[in-house]
Amino acid sequence: MSAPHRDLPPLVDYVVVPFLNLAVAFLVAGLVVLAIGENPLQAVAIMLHGALGYPEGVGFTLYYTTGFVFTGLSVAVAFHAGLFNIGSEGQATLGGLGVALLCLTFDGAPWWLVLPFALAASALFGAAWAFVPAWLQARRGSHIVITTIMFNYLAATLMVWLLVEVLGQPGSMSPETKTFEEATRLPFLRDFLTPLGIDLGQSPVNPMVFVALLSAVFVWLLIWRTRFGFELRTVGQNPTAAVYAGIDPGNIVIAAMLISGGLSGLMAVNEVMGVQHRLLLEFVAGAGFVGIAVALMGRSHPFGVVLSALLFGILYQGGAELAFEKPSISRDMIVVIQALVILFAGALEHMFRPALGRLFARAETAGGRA
Amino acid sequence: MRKTTFGLAALAAVIAAPVMAADIQPAILYDLGGKFDKSFNEAAYAGAEKFKKDAGIDYRDFEIQNDAQREQALRNFARRGNSPIVAIGFTQASSVEKVAKEFPNLKFAIVDMVVDLPNVRSIVFKEQEGSYLVGVLAAMASKSHKVGFVGGMDIPLIRKFACGYVGGVKAVDAKAEVFQNMTGTTGAAWNDPVKGGELTKSQIDRGADVIYHAAGGTGLGVLQAAADAGKLGIGVDSNQNHLHPGKVLTSMTKRVDVAIYDVFKDAKDDKWTAGVKVLGLKEGGVGWALDDHNKGLISADMKAAVDKAEKAIIGGSVVVHDYMADKTCPY
Repeated sequence: MSAPHRDLPPLVDYVVVPFLNLAVAFLVAGLVVLAIGENPLQAVAIMLHGALGYPEGVGFTLYYTTGFVFTGLSVAVAFHAGLFNIGSEGQATLGGLGVALLCLTFDGAPWWLVLPFALAASALFGAAWAFVPAWLQARRGSHIVITTIMFNYLAATLMVWLLVEVLGQPGSMSPETKTFEEATRLPFLRDFLTPLGIDLGQSPVNPMVFVALLSAVFVWLLIWRTRFGFELRTVGQNPTAAVYAGIDPGNIVIAAMLISGGLSGLMAVNEVMGVQHRLLLEFVAGAGFVGIAVALMGRSHPFGVVLSALLFGILYQGGAELAFEKPSISRDMIVVIQALVILFAGALEHMFRPALGRLFARAETAGGRA
Repeated sequence: MRKTTFGLAALAAVIAAPVMAADIQPAILYDLGGKFDKSFNEAAYAGAEKFKKDAGIDYRDFEIQNDAQREQALRNFARRGNSPIVAIGFTQASSVEKVAKEFPNLKFAIVDMVVDLPNVRSIVFKEQEGSYLVGVLAAMASKSHKVGFVGGMDIPLIRKFACGYVGGVKAVDAKAEVFQNMTGTTGAAWNDPVKGGELTKSQIDRGADVIYHAAGGTGLGVLQAAADAGKLGIGVDSNQNHLHPGKVLTSMTKRVDVAIYDVFKDAKDDKWTAGVKVLGLKEGGVGWALDDHNKGLISADMKAAVDKAEKAIIGGSVVVHDYMADKTCPY
């Protein structure tokens, strides 16, 4: 069989197919909304308005997007090496520890001075947390899925212990560190934009959004424009062939996981230094797992990752607004809607491809004949 | 023409009337556990629902999904002019502080934490006092001189429950052993009845015959396991005696529902005050539950002992140590 869907024009492949998937996802989600007695069109309107309709909403959407870009890229890099890194959540948690320790040590120092070190610390801690599973996979053959899941739990446990026993403030009920000094906190974008007449409201989007975009460019360069990237993809597609070509898959696995963990760790700078200004339990809030869906939807291409992270940002922010506006739509309903989008746009992305392929093949033959 | 004017006026009156009646627009923000956690948040929900029924005033509510939404939701409420706005759980403190400063004319309240602002009412409970009382009952009901405690997450708040409980047990039976286990280290620890049950079984294997839980949804597994093994459980937050009649010794009640109801009602009656409200035994904020389901389990001696302890605490002759004060437990 000559797999006609492989010959789709790029425009169809990258625009029409994702759009169709999204449309179907929203159609099904709409039916669910209808079933609980709300108007689906109104729900979509609230969601879109909440996420994109006014500057503050856009700010929140971009803030969520920032985190998802980092974790999405993290998972994507590991994918290219044939690794399924489920540990972004834990790696981001440890990244947060790195940022917090740095910010607490140099508390009061200006943020622009601290930021480069914070980026390095978060990436280093995230990478270090990924190293053990990576080493176990590369040298002992322990499956990376299992070990990274276990390391998520270890990270959570470590965090509770640290925040309750070591870093927590005496007399405080909350397991969290003290709040950083004003000077050390990352500024919000709204601080720069308000004088220019753009009012982002109270949205928490901060300069890390640009770091996220730079990271996407970096990942693209790394994977498609370097020798290491070539080796990485070779190992991912065929480890045996890689050995034959003189590549040590073990080294590549470790390097890929270190980069993956580092990218996850960077996510913590956005949260800890940019928004919460302190280290608290579970600040990652599932972004590591969303990263898996983001990478799947973005087909592990940095550009795709950025786009799907944006989609998830819209779903998160719009979803929150929807739950707020419509009491009958609970937060669990929002999760259902998000899950449907993942299902159709991620897992079932090939559903319409064969049909579309046939359609185009037929159109082409018809065109040729004419 | 006149008809239209009249019609418009009538319409305006119809629109205006409910606004006049609903002079407050309360709102409530639940913590990550969610509205229906069978425990802490649900108690708040119950209080709000009761107010809605009694006063006929509806309220807005929101369940957050992540930490960033706390501030966002509070601000959303505030912008819509909701007041009073109640935040459930100590984790909301920094967000309440920020938003309450931005909207000094609105009323805020927070449960389980103190936020020192002129427009915030902080409601904290002396969980250690209620836990002490159920500790007294546990020690008297135990035949093996071994009792258990299963907590949710290992955080200071839960240690506060545990410490008061140990204090009560040791006050009755200085040689009694208290086994303590925490369920987990993530938010999932509040909703893991299977693990709660396993911990309970292991405590029973070690000889415990009364097990107290402070673990939210996880506690349902604790009570189930204790009942299955023919031992006694102790419920928490809400009265959970009815879950396994005759198998739940008592429940340590933490009246979040009453606190929420009061916040709403005070605001409606124009009696709202800011400041810290510490609700202990004396204020009826905590206590132990006695009803038809457990009256067979509480002997006259036990009732007398626990009443005596209650009086002593209210009178001040017994001070139950507060774990939060110095992060240690002397018992």
